[in-house]
Amino acid sequence: MAKAAEKLRGANRRDVMLRILAAVPLNYALTALLTVWLARILPGGPAQASVGATLMSFAIFALIAMLCFAVRSTAKLWLVMVGAGAALALADWLLILWGGRL
Amino acid sequence: MAWLHTWTGLVLGWLLYAIFVTGTSAYFQEETTQWMTPEIGSIAVDSDKSYAAAADWLARKAPGATEWSIYRAGQRAPGLQLYWANGPDAPADAPTEARLDRQGREVTARDTRGGYFLYRFHYDLHYINWYWARWLVGIAAIAMLVAILSGIVTHKKIIADYFMLRLGKGQRSWLDVHNASSVLFLPFILMITYTGLVSLATHYMPWGIAANYADTDKFYAAAFPYPDPPEKSGPAPLAPIGPMVAAAEHQWGTAAGGVRILNPGDRSAQVIVSSGVDNSLSARPRSLTFDGVTGRVVGRHDPSGAATTTEGVMIGLHAGRYARPVLRWLYLLSGLAGCVMVASGLILWTVKRRTRLADPDKPHFGFRLVEKLNIGAIVGLPLGIAVYFLANRLLPVALAGRADHEIDSLFLAWLAVFVWAAVRPPQRAWAETTAATAALFAAVPVVNALTTDRGLFASLAAGEWIFAGFDLAMLVLAAGFWAAHRRIVRRAAEETPRRRRRDAAPA
Repeated sequence: MAKAAEKLRGANRRDVMLRILAAVPLNYALTALLTVWLARILPGGPAQASVGATLMSFAIFALIAMLCFAVRSTAKLWLVMVGAGAALALADWLLILWGGRL
Repeated sequence: MAWLHTWTGLVLGWLLYAIFVTGTSAYFQEETTQWMTPEIGSIAVDSDKSYAAAADWLARKAPGATEWSIYRAGQRAPGLQLYWANGPDAPADAPTEARLDRQGREVTARDTRGGYFLYRFHYDLHYINWYWARWLVGIAAIAMLVAILSGIVTHKKIIADYFMLRLGKGQRSWLDVHNASSVLFLPFILMITYTGLVSLATHYMPWGIAANYADTDKFYAAAFPYPDPPEKSGPAPLAPIGPMVAAAEHQWGTAAGGVRILNPGDRSAQVIVSSGVDNSLSARPRSLTFDGVTGRVVGRHDPSGAATTTEGVMIGLHAGRYARPVLRWLYLLSGLAGCVMVASGLILWTVKRRTRLADPDKPHFGFRLVEKLNIGAIVGLPLGIAVYFLANRLLPVALAGRADHEIDSLFLAWLAVFVWAAVRPPQRAWAETTAATAALFAAVPVVNALTTDRGLFASLAAGEWIFAGFDLAMLVLAAGFWAAHRRIVRRAAEETPRRRRRDAAPA
């Protein structure tokens, strides 16, 4: 009985750690990739797009951070975040490759 | 999500409290600086004539400079601030700044960083590298943004909390104070947190710029132009500055905030007149560039892009430089509510846990540590600020490195409160440090009256409202801390007999 409770607490602690890692470092990486993508696709010229994307980045970060603690499955959370990050990284790389930078 | 709020709130709360206290004081930065330089009275600036007089002064004192800049710190700041970049012939230790009155006479005041120091502390901290300080501040700010947003989402009775303030009921009251100050001022706190992050956005999120610019300088040149002086090409007299400032002010319909003169006395000279940032909601100035020899307009910059305008307004909202007196006091009130929100949350942490302790008379180490750090953090900083103001009046005017000593005295006093809290029982430490803070704030007007001719009554009689207002604000702060002290003493008196009774009861 006590052992089962301890096991549960251990699993819970691991789950919390995974969510914190997703909500802070992984979230920052994903937000950065999303900000780069927005800066490439927003209208109004490169300077305006860069500033606009940067302005939105903090709302994006806060939203993802909240989702990290709201969704039920930690495994699915990581899967979606890493998948979205990989897709965005590829998109960013291609956009910069084709369009170049100033 | 409640535990996340509790633990991140505690760790970052101490830092957030310091940011809120010093940031709130910055809404009266100019007034604080003026009080801390009592040698300078309220000197109004008489726009184009004052700039012209300043340019004449620079022509006499810094003729070989590659750049002069003349700034008005704002409508509330006295005089003009001058900076210049000396040419290659000047000795390395030649002066590079001065302060002038409206007639172009140099004014000298005691060496102090004034209200500017408190303003800078709220995002650069002190004694540590500014780069990492800004990251610490940013982490606290983004954590607070998440805490606020998750608080709104999970909050079950946000409207009821507007009207819920039950005082004198221990833990319930601290929770009510924490909720009331957070919910009532929620729009302000949400605004100030987001716009604070935006103010240092490129520090925290440089990737938006990196997406489009391999060279960051190209971004700044495009978005916020600040040209360097061109190559010199041979002497030529500088055209009068006064008409250029007047022309720019006429075109904008608002006062100029600064003039930069690149390569004065050269054929390549340029004069860039910028609008004052306290004239508009946006923190980004407009500018007109004149040929320095012919005086003709050769360029203009009007921030007009949707994103840069939004950014400028966000930073403007955060800094509140545009705010006229009534709004400025509302900013102060909202900032104080932020301080109360963080402080009451920190206190709530201990109050809530005290009831769950196995033996309330012998709390475990973690609890004692938080309780003591709370005293040092919450009372220590205001006490340190009172000492900072006192040091401004008491340190000898001619002391070398005076400005740094003023700042050191703030942190020494703050440290002393931590030490005091460490060695005294918490209840007593709360009572003693709040009383000391009240006494020190009350001492500020007294010491001011004894060391300068700008005492409260003299200032009231002379109609010097900034000096009188500052002294009165110190008295209000003293009264506030004294009221807190009285409450703590009364509660301790109520609790002692209760505890004695409980101890006397058979187990």
